[in-house]
Amino acid sequence: MKELKPVIEIRNMVAKYGTKTILSDINVDILPQEITVILGGSGSGKTTLLKNMLRLYEPAAGSVKFWGEDILTMDENAFNEVLKKTGMLFQSGALLNSISLYENISIPLEMHTQLSAKVRDRMIRVKLSLVGLSNAMYQFPSELSGGMKKRAALARAMAMDPPLLFCDEPSAGLDPITSASLDELILSLKEQFKMTIVIVTHELASIHRIADKIIFLDSGTMLFYGTLDEAKTAKIPQIDHFFEVGKF
Amino acid sequence: MQIELTSDALTLTGELNHHTVPDAAKEISRLFKEGTISKIDLGELTMIDSAGVAFLDEMHLKLSEYSKEQIFQKVPAKIQAMIDTYSTLELPLVEKPPKMGFFEQVGDSLLNSYNELVKALTLAAEIFYYSGVGLFSRKDQRRGSLLQQAAQLGSEALPIVALLSLIIGFILALQSGVQLKNFGANVFIADLLSITMVREMAPLITAIIVAGRSGSAIASEIATMEVTEEIDALKMMALNPIAYVVVPKFHAITIVMPLLVMFSIIVSILGGAFIAIGMLDIAPHTFFTRAIDIITIKDLIVTFSKSIWFAWVIVIIGSYYGFQVKGGAEGVGKATTAAVVSSIFAVILFDAVFSLLYL
Ligand SMILES: Nc1ncnc2c1ncn2[C@@H]1O[C@H](COP(=O)(O)OP(=O)(O)OP(=O)(O)O)[C@@H](O)[C@H]1O
Ligand SMILES: [Mg+2]
Repeated sequence: MKELKPVIEIRNMVAKYGTKTILSDINVDILPQEITVILGGSGSGKTTLLKNMLRLYEPAAGSVKFWGEDILTMDENAFNEVLKKTGMLFQSGALLNSISLYENISIPLEMHTQLSAKVRDRMIRVKLSLVGLSNAMYQFPSELSGGMKKRAALARAMAMDPPLLFCDEPSAGLDPITSASLDELILSLKEQFKMTIVIVTHELASIHRIADKIIFLDSGTMLFYGTLDEAKTAKIPQIDHFFEVGKF
Repeated sequence: MQIELTSDALTLTGELNHHTVPDAAKEISRLFKEGTISKIDLGELTMIDSAGVAFLDEMHLKLSEYSKEQIFQKVPAKIQAMIDTYSTLELPLVEKPPKMGFFEQVGDSLLNSYNELVKALTLAAEIFYYSGVGLFSRKDQRRGSLLQQAAQLGSEALPIVALLSLIIGFILALQSGVQLKNFGANVFIADLLSITMVREMAPLITAIIVAGRSGSAIASEIATMEVTEEIDALKMMALNPIAYVVVPKFHAITIVMPLLVMFSIIVSILGGAFIAIGMLDIAPHTFFTRAIDIITIKDLIVTFSKSIWFAWVIVIIGSYYGFQVKGGAEGVGKATTAAVVSSIFAVILFDAVFSLLYL
């Protein structure tokens, strides 16, 4: 097989809030069609890593390349094109509160494509049905439970069929069955649609089902980057502890 | 994306995604005019996304009206898997919630306003009750919250009340001074200014400023607490949200409002004095004695009780909209705006009632 070019390359990234350094020396190469799981304790900097690699916060140092191009130095228009190929599921859902679910998912399609209303309608309905929210289609975000918001947010992240998807704790707050079906969905996104996916999650079951690669953060440093099996045999105390405590 | 029509079969070659679908749709509707299409060959399709599948669904619906043949031909396994995932042909339709008719809407909004009025009055009663109880027992209130609230309410409003009162006193004296001078009635400027400010202007402008500054703050604070479940958290700590959040504000504003009105009266009369003494040649001593003598005890009682009423109206309306908030963060903004608009309206309405009662 020929050498695959990484979708995301991060070099020596440092992330700060003000003068407080949260992450240092992050080096990552994410290959196409790979599911990368970011692991680490609460407050270890997982969300910060996601936001910095998406330029939602400007990293204090280092470079981030998407499809071979440095997104930190590119201009607004080029970056917008990158964003259209990228979906993000925020930890809090971040749905637009003033419009219904249906419209939330419709927005990127209306703004960025020339598709006809009928085609858009089908795309929206199938995305909502994939996350099991067909019946809540015309409800407003404030009328949804926490887990429903998460699923709706995933539907919105998938609206444009992005080849690259970021998820911040998609299964937190979901029951094990819904959570497992979400994993199924994520796996099929990867296999059928050849998506590259970066996920933050704490669910061990979920990690075992979906992870190709693991980034393990511990108080701001990347302790480990590699496959799940390597992680388990690497004999790193923090990682062993993480998997040990979570077992039942 | 290439599209070819041979006899009655359409062949799609290349990628069918949200970039190519709009053009493909145009091309195909053109081909429809040229001849009949009864099947679609997908053998050369290399990639498809949900937009492509949605488009194929539309085509399927259209062709199956008349075509007897298998509509999609030579579908590659990969593409078939995508179609299976993304097809919406089998999805049950979810009804849009029906829009209400005109009469239903009118009836609904009448009922709603009635219910809202009942709720607002209930809340007002609760606030009065807990404020009354709170005078004697400080249970459910944080220690020091009254002083802190009073200082906050007062200091928020003080500078702007001072500035506006000064300017209004100034303008009032200037405008009426010119008229009075024509009649040689210069001295009466003191009476006029004093009566207008004490009876009407000072309580009214102070109330409007407090409604804008503190009414909005009360509404947004309570609304934020409501949407972030803080109010529920208080209840779970066995604390009464009204006693904990509203009562300190209620007491504070009851103390602060008359003080602000007093302050407004003094500053505005000083503002008027500049004009009276400087432009109308009235002796300072004459001006101030007339300004003070014209005011009766009854005037002061009415003014201060009226300003306390205004204060209560502002707190009650602010809390009402705060507790009623619907939706997430954007509900907070709406609640705040509604609180300010309604409390200014209510203050002016009450003022009219007071004017009629104590003419
Ligand atoms: N806006 C901010 N300003 C300052 N510090 C922040 C900010 N957001 C996060 N932090 C700090 O950065 C660190 C990492 O936070 P981050 O949100 O990335 O954690 P996380 O790994 O996503 O945790 P969780 O699993 O709880 O979501 C924490 O110590 C936090 O206090
Ligand atoms: Mg986080």
